[in-house]
Amino acid sequence: MDKFSAELYAGYDPVLLEAWRNATVGIAGAGGLGSNAAIALARAGIGKLIIADYDNVSASNLTRQQYFQNQIGLPKVAALQDTLRRINPSTYVSAYPSRVTPVNLDSIFGKATILIEAFDDAGEKEMLIETWQSLFPQRYIIAASGIAGVGKNELIKIEQSGTLFIVGDGVSEVEPGILPISARVAVVANMQANLCLEILAGKRQ
Amino acid sequence: MAQITVNGQQLEWEEGMTVNRVLEKMNYSWRLLVIKVNGTLIKKEAWNESKVPPGAEVSVFHLLSGG
Repeated sequence: MDKFSAELYAGYDPVLLEAWRNATVGIAGAGGLGSNAAIALARAGIGKLIIADYDNVSASNLTRQQYFQNQIGLPKVAALQDTLRRINPSTYVSAYPSRVTPVNLDSIFGKATILIEAFDDAGEKEMLIETWQSLFPQRYIIAASGIAGVGKNELIKIEQSGTLFIVGDGVSEVEPGILPISARVAVVANMQANLCLEILAGKRQ
Repeated sequence: MAQITVNGQQLEWEEGMTVNRVLEKMNYSWRLLVIKVNGTLIKKEAWNESKVPPGAEVSVFHLLSGG
């Protein structure tokens, strides 16, 4: 371990660190869910993140996504890769500025043992879950559904069937023209990341 | 009488019951769904033919935009 990593992880649980450093996690989408989840996973010490998103950073993203004013106009995956490197250079980031499709999903995320679904559009969520579960039925996917609005902490839950988890309240849809709000989308993103870390630590099946 | 479980609720099983028939019986009208039968994902194009066995555990997840 390099000097900075040794300092970064001083006092950290060595068993957890080992499990997380050896892990490869995919994140499909780098908006409110994906950018928040990526930061939590890089800070925890995940060894490799694969992140895909075709969009560029815009000013209105800054209300809830982990980007900065000087990153406006950059591809989200490039901006996020830079931010993650500034936090933890030992997390290797593969960045794909691409739209994920049933055709390229395997070539982008094939090396990930867990996939975090962080898309905005419900149809894209459905496509990702169907394709991943058909290709890799034994590998976990942690999706989000029902993140809109403010408050309603008590409604947020985790549903599971086999290797599929869905986090959210299952009722609060983002309406056209109404954007998600910082705190609630970050709560769900961090629940996705928390569940991912728990699975990798062997503490949940 | 054979039963199946759909999102924790009991439903009477029928001979030749398909995934689409289960959705109809449950009155689910959600637009975007992911469906698992006994832990295995059933793709949307197979809902009309895929049979649900007696005693099956069916999970229907409703997908909502926002991310």
